[in-house]
Amino acid sequence: MRSLIFSALARPLFGLMLAVSVIILFRGHNEPGGGFVGGLVAAAGFAILALADGGGRARAALRVHPVELMGAGLLLSFVSGLPGLFSNGSFLTHLWITLPVGGGLKLGTTMVFDLGVYLVVLGGVLALILRLYEEPSA
Amino acid sequence: MNLLYSFCIALLAACGVYLLLSRNLLRTVLGVALLSAATNLVIFFAGRLGFTQPPVIVEGEEVLRAGAANPLPQALVLTAIVIGFALVAFASALVLRTYRALGTLDGRKLRAAEALGTPFSDGGRDDA
Amino acid sequence: MLERLMDTAVVWPVAVPIATAALTACLWTRPRAQRVASGIGLWAMFAAALGLLAVVVRDGVQAKQFGSWAAPFGISFVGDPLGAALVAITGLLAVAAGTFGLADIRRRQERAGFHPLLHGMLAGVNGAFLTGDIFNLYVWFEVMLITAMGLLVLDRTRAQLDGTFRYAVLNLLSTILFLMGVALLYGSTGTLNMADLAVVLPRLEPSASLTVASLLLLCGFGIKAGFFPLFFWLPASYHTAPITVSALFAGLLTKVGVYACFRVFTLVFSLEGTGIREIVAVIAGGTMLFGVLGAAVQWDVRRILSFHIVSQIGYMLLGLAVATPAALAGAVFYIVHHIVVKANLFLLAGAIHRASGTYDLRKAGGLMGRNPLLAGLFLVPALSLAGIPPLSGFWAKLMVIDASFRGGAGWLGALALVVGLLTLYSMSKIWMEAFWKAPVLPRTRARPVPLAMVLPIAALGAVTLTIGLFAEPFVEYARMAADALLDPQAYVAAVAPVLPPEAR
Repeated sequence: MRSLIFSALARPLFGLMLAVSVIILFRGHNEPGGGFVGGLVAAAGFAILALADGGGRARAALRVHPVELMGAGLLLSFVSGLPGLFSNGSFLTHLWITLPVGGGLKLGTTMVFDLGVYLVVLGGVLALILRLYEEPSA
Repeated sequence: MNLLYSFCIALLAACGVYLLLSRNLLRTVLGVALLSAATNLVIFFAGRLGFTQPPVIVEGEEVLRAGAANPLPQALVLTAIVIGFALVAFASALVLRTYRALGTLDGRKLRAAEALGTPFSDGGRDDA
Repeated sequence: MLERLMDTAVVWPVAVPIATAALTACLWTRPRAQRVASGIGLWAMFAAALGLLAVVVRDGVQAKQFGSWAAPFGISFVGDPLGAALVAITGLLAVAAGTFGLADIRRRQERAGFHPLLHGMLAGVNGAFLTGDIFNLYVWFEVMLITAMGLLVLDRTRAQLDGTFRYAVLNLLSTILFLMGVALLYGSTGTLNMADLAVVLPRLEPSASLTVASLLLLCGFGIKAGFFPLFFWLPASYHTAPITVSALFAGLLTKVGVYACFRVFTLVFSLEGTGIREIVAVIAGGTMLFGVLGAAVQWDVRRILSFHIVSQIGYMLLGLAVATPAALAGAVFYIVHHIVVKANLFLLAGAIHRASGTYDLRKAGGLMGRNPLLAGLFLVPALSLAGIPPLSGFWAKLMVIDASFRGGAGWLGALALVVGLLTLYSMSKIWMEAFWKAPVLPRTRARPVPLAMVLPIAALGAVTLTIGLFAEPFVEYARMAADALLDPQAYVAAVAPVLPPEAR
């Protein structure tokens, strides 16, 4: 069902939802939010593209295969636990460093882990949705 | 209060089991979803019900205040919800695929696995 | 560097398959690189498993906390003798199945996600064997369940859709029951760490909540392991999967349920304390008997073997029901022997299919003349399963039955002997139909069985022969593992050197 209004609005809505999902991802460190919710919102953004213009449009916007995104996310989360293993003997112990930038920028491996979760959720939900959307009807 | 809560969990679980025993495949999946909802409530219940503060550390302090709720069951319920979501998603995709292959959602028509390895030499009886 | 790796040895058997699963998922669109990464990952996991076994034999129980959260608040991974032995056998089986899959797994099955799902399942199995936290056990069970369901439905045939649906519903029910049991256990004790539960539970007086929790756990693990009367999903689904996948399922998935039973009912609960020992004994007897009776009537090789999985699970549960040190040692030896033999038999079923074109015994025949190597390789696991000396199955059955006679459960020992006879009947049925009798189909030449199929079958057969002919070190190890199960002091001490009594 190709609705002109929906197609026209889909692109700005998609960009907006991606931006909001990234905000939710970064907000999750100290306040409600995080990788899982961010991933779901981003997947909803891609789903809007799929609803408006078809699954092919969403796949083109995604550029990589959703399963590759899942793999990359899992790898990121796994790698974020390794520094703790080699420094402390305990896997998934998170470490922080403070860069002397601005007012002291705190970077930690928790962000890498959360980014991994974000990518896994995005890839997983999209793999399911795009597959179900494009199946030929019986 | 605890008794009321237990009755509600039991009612939810009973509905889940009733749906689980249904002939329609999609209803079976819905039964699984209801049962996992009931189980999540049992986990939550294990952390004791009461009127407490949310388990968030107040700005400026280091530890949880004394009157806060138990955060561990809430973390367990979150994990169980995510896992349950993934399983129900997979089961629904499976039911959809089965519908597309068989043309029906009737569980009695689901005989292919039995026919594959059947010990009866006439290939099993199809009496539906 | 090597010291650091050995120090964290309990983490690697789970970390390596997770990393490989992620890597093979990243390489989704490059199948050759995916295959290479998968193969390297399998061998790396085997090496990690052997490393863990070496460390446990040298240093005793290994434990590691995750995230620097001290026990009992954080999640611990514990490698005790039983867990380390099972992880090592899992590594062996994974490498064997991977080699067999080189000849068996088709391109479209790989495109459907064979490699990431395989490594995900191996990560789940190893995680379940090594975890020291009962909720973490639930998480690894679920990882195993999802990836196993994905593997079961790899070809999307009607039979697979049917089998996967039955598998899915019953195993989902089993994990729901397990989770309810964990919730009740947490509500009564306030802790999820298994070592802490071992310390806390003997101090609580028995309550209805604890009994219900133990029964829910028994049911949850029982459905997963294939106890009577909850095993009917197993012969309804295992024969539909690709044969490599069936071999992995047969060797690993039910054993995880059995291991969880062993761990929970020796470390956390005690069988006498909860009063369910008689129930477990009856379940063991029923599992043995009904499994083998179900196999006696089947003509599909995979179906016969699936029913035999159920029957042999009964022997392992028999060891738990009798609960003397000798019985537990027999059960531990039985688990290790059975994983190797059962997976080998499934791989042999795949080789028979490749050679004669069918899984149906009524249509097969004459393989002994046309492929004598396969016939010889079949004899080793088949006679081992039936319990013929000097193979590993003889020692396993001897230990379990002898312990049951000495432990006062004479009727179970007698039942086990009868079931052994019926197992011999099934194995000789396969031998006579597939190998001995004249071929039914007008096929003059058997198709050649590729080396990638013969090599893992021969390797697993060699392991069975080794365990049978040089049984002494394996029996000693099983005795050590059983003693560690019955006296969890070393386990608890490894997790937390000083657990304060109010640690909750």
